[in-house]
Amino acid sequence: MSLLEIKNLHVKVDNHEILKGIDLKVNAGEVHSIMGPNGSGKSTLAQVLARRETYAVTTGEVSYNGKDLLAMKPEEAACEGIFMAFQYPVEIPGISNAYFLRSALNAIHKYRGLDEIDAIDFLPLFREKLKLLDMDEKLMNRSVNEGFSGGEKKRNEILQMAVLEPKLAILDETDSGLDIDALKIVAQGVDAMRHPERAIIVVTHYQRLLNYIVPDFVHVLVDGRIVRSGGPELALELEEKGYGAMDAEARHATPA
Amino acid sequence: MITATQQLEGYLESFSEFEKLAAGHDLPWLRKLRRDAFARFCAAGFPTTHDEDWRFTNVSAIAQTPFRLTRNGRARLSQQELEPYRVAGVASQLVFVNGRFARELSLLSKLSDGVKVSSLAEEIPSNPGAIEEHFGRYLDVRRDAFCALNTAFAEDGACVHIPRGTLVEEPIFLLFVSTAEDAPSMNHPRNLIVAEENSQATFVEDYVSLDGGGAVFCNTVTELVAGDHTVLAHYMIEREHKQAFNISTLRIQHGRGANVVSHSVLLGGALVRNNVHPVLAGEGGECLINGLFIGNGHQHLDNYMLVEHASPRCGSRQFYNGILDGHAHGVFHGRIIVHKDAQKTDAKQTNRNLLLSDDAQIDTKPQLEIYADDVKCTHGATIGQIEGDALFYLRSRGIDEVSARKLLLFAFASECLDRMKQGPVRKHVEGLINRCLLQMAKSAPGASTENRREDTGRNWEEIA
Repeated sequence: MSLLEIKNLHVKVDNHEILKGIDLKVNAGEVHSIMGPNGSGKSTLAQVLARRETYAVTTGEVSYNGKDLLAMKPEEAACEGIFMAFQYPVEIPGISNAYFLRSALNAIHKYRGLDEIDAIDFLPLFREKLKLLDMDEKLMNRSVNEGFSGGEKKRNEILQMAVLEPKLAILDETDSGLDIDALKIVAQGVDAMRHPERAIIVVTHYQRLLNYIVPDFVHVLVDGRIVRSGGPELALELEEKGYGAMDAEARHATPA
Repeated sequence: MITATQQLEGYLESFSEFEKLAAGHDLPWLRKLRRDAFARFCAAGFPTTHDEDWRFTNVSAIAQTPFRLTRNGRARLSQQELEPYRVAGVASQLVFVNGRFARELSLLSKLSDGVKVSSLAEEIPSNPGAIEEHFGRYLDVRRDAFCALNTAFAEDGACVHIPRGTLVEEPIFLLFVSTAEDAPSMNHPRNLIVAEENSQATFVEDYVSLDGGGAVFCNTVTELVAGDHTVLAHYMIEREHKQAFNISTLRIQHGRGANVVSHSVLLGGALVRNNVHPVLAGEGGECLINGLFIGNGHQHLDNYMLVEHASPRCGSRQFYNGILDGHAHGVFHGRIIVHKDAQKTDAKQTNRNLLLSDDAQIDTKPQLEIYADDVKCTHGATIGQIEGDALFYLRSRGIDEVSARKLLLFAFASECLDRMKQGPVRKHVEGLINRCLLQMAKSAPGASTENRREDTGRNWEEIA
């Protein structure tokens, strides 16, 4: 049984169909990359999996770990082990990063019938992950993402991922706006999370991140459909040819 | 419902009865003060929405109820009944039941030498000279009929005196309990706080009501005289039940270099109006007004402040945060008057509001009157909702919707809380806010109220 199975997913926003029939299977232990031009629906797919309710699913099924994902609320999906690293992480004044992360961890623990962690026990875990992402502990007493640079925000997403240890991690354009140094740190953080029981979906526009997080599978998303799938070399081919060419090829290809 | 004439007759009857027996009835100056105030009340009558200062607040519910002073003697309250209102970690707690000092319910501890915390009704006959020096000298009864009414019926409340140079570490707590009677009843607590030069202290006024019975109307006035170079904090906490009427006025007189922080936290009451009126009469004075109001159901919470810069080089800050749900109506009216000679004034006013329902309403009105020419004066107001992005972010990390809402509401309320000094008072207020917000978060619609509008990333609508 696949960890994630998407069947004929159609998604609409404001009466506009964005995803036009997505089929995808992701198994535990795999790293998939979804690449596509702007407006192809990459973020929409990520957000639907994270259960953002502003997106309307018109047809299709998504099973996650044998359960109906589309029937879950965002907090349920998170407690079941789904984590999405946002493309544009929001700032939340008045709630500290540390408090927020501990609350999230405890919400998940509670759901799973585990004991809650108090502030003192949380520290060592927290510090270990902070080090992994080369982040200053002082940032953690500030409000969530408040005054963070783009790079710090993205690293904060991966920090959260490292602490919450999801089963399915979806990275929504985690590389956008990052310079090469920040990119390396983020990529290392993600790579360190590879695990036979974990699947990672990397949604990206550019190929560069995939030099550091080498995917097992690459899918090309154009205009709401996956037009081609392949191995890591597909990313390089895409870099050479561009999305337009790949889309055109797919249209002319003989139906299977 | 009563006619205007009947209303006046009722008050006249109450006043005639009252002034014969009230403490200080034999003091000519006090008798005159009361009579003049009552005459003013009769002449002006209760304000209507045609009055600029009351434009958004309709007080007919008060005007048309035949309130009488609580009957002779006051309700007998047991220690047990008061238990839920006690505050942990506070040494002194004076209790006033329907505006009258209840010695047996109060906790009086040994305060620093010379510090006097007592009942006004006791001080008037025993130290009339000291009272006459300050009583009624700052409050302008012509400005507000409720102030006039309070002065007419002023008899008891807290009388606090801090001698010069004294640092009072522990907060001085004043608990005002209103209990309902069979008929609509009113009480008019009058507090006089005099802090002499270079002293420091914290005062807390906490308004609660016991359930049941008829309508209750509490009309309170506090005159706070801040001597030169004093550092003072004052808290006004309104947490009466949702059928209570509460009108309060805090009139502060700043001496040179006096630093006064005024916190107001409005959580309860049906119709509440809180007036804060500091006059920066001495050079270099500082005033911070920190307000929070949280309304639900059909509550009406009106925050009115008038900051008068009457001297050069004074600074003032007003920060008000409002959270409104259900059909609640909030009002913020922030007036700043910079008098002609108040050069180098630095004044700033900010009002931020969260509306949680379609029927919640906020009226926010800055009003700057500047007569000096070398001043810095800014104002701003925002109105917004719980940010959909922030709510989703929290939920996407496993935090359930109710808890996420509460977290966000608390973060917003924390802006006010963070301006309070750490200690038992802040802790007390934090507990009250927490309870209030949990209630609010629980009663939010079950399904996510996220709408389909485009998230522009900017949630706050700048309207001023």
